[in-house]
Amino acid sequence: MSPVLYLAQRGTAFILAFAVTVHLITIIFAVHGGLTAGDILARTHGNRAFLAFYLVFVFAAAIHAPIGLRSVLREWARWRGRSLDVALILFSLCLVALGVRAALAVYGA
Amino acid sequence: MNVHTKNDSAISPVPALKVQVWRGDRDGEFQTFEVPARANQTVLDVVTEIQRTQDSTLSYRFACRVGMCGSCAMVVNERPRWTCRTRVDQLESGPLKLEPLRNLPIVKDLAVDMEPFFNKWRDAHGYFEPGENPPQDFALVEPSSSERQAVDEGIECINCGICYSACDVVSWNEEYLGPAALNRAWTLVNDVRDRGQNDRLTAVTGDAGCHSCHSHMSCTEFCPKHLTPTYSIAGLKRATSNRFWRRR
Repeated sequence: MSPVLYLAQRGTAFILAFAVTVHLITIIFAVHGGLTAGDILARTHGNRAFLAFYLVFVFAAAIHAPIGLRSVLREWARWRGRSLDVALILFSLCLVALGVRAALAVYGA
Repeated sequence: MNVHTKNDSAISPVPALKVQVWRGDRDGEFQTFEVPARANQTVLDVVTEIQRTQDSTLSYRFACRVGMCGSCAMVVNERPRWTCRTRVDQLESGPLKLEPLRNLPIVKDLAVDMEPFFNKWRDAHGYFEPGENPPQDFALVEPSSSERQAVDEGIECINCGICYSACDVVSWNEEYLGPAALNRAWTLVNDVRDRGQNDRLTAVTGDAGCHSCHSHMSCTEFCPKHLTPTYSIAGLKRATSNRFWRRR
């Protein structure tokens, strides 16, 4: 692993530690308050803070997860070389596409 | 069960110690021996007794017998240890199980080929680089300086290979340099006289280098000299990351 990947993984881990905590507390609080999915979406629609938060979450996860998966696949499946890096870039783009789509849906765009 | 020693057979039977010893190469199997259980005997004493009294074809390696040379390391009861300083009565009761070090090719029985281990020391630039123009005078290194203290914490490695045998990352990634080589590189990174730092930091970077360490700390757990290669590797991670930022 290069220092770039190492720093990217550690940096995004820092962001995710914060983002996952906020995300979990928010959904637990919302569900315990008795809000329905419709109520929640009514509050998040047009809320740029929600959109910004989830876009940061999505991009951090899309960087963090493939780097960790790269180590797992190298060590456990012994998959090495350029094909692994290409596959993980595609996996990262897939996470970005799905995540941004979900964030935009919550925003109501 | 009792066995008789050569000197006083039938007069004073002593308790027997059952020993399972790995025989052959990677495809070998365990062979069971029995030796007299003696007070204060070390695991190396047991192996030597088997080799001298029961099977002279048993292969193993030792030299100093006092914990200095690092050549007698084996896997004893599933854990890598220096056998010359491991007393049998310190171990859990039951048969003794002896295997060659893991993560290294087995030459025969309890002897492994250490060449990959030492090649990785070379690959990690684990040697002093004086530079093109070595200074004419002695370097002054304050014992209290942070660099010297960092060196002191890792310098007593005896190259026994125990950390390498215990390392999970080596078992998953045969290219990984391993704790001993990276620990050695860290002591040289802190050597203010060394002029090969840039090449060394490049050598310990990459998929075989320090960033692949998962910080399981098996090396630190099993090091017989109580060194902390995990912290040395963490130091290399910081040093290589700092170099990355300086280059920006």
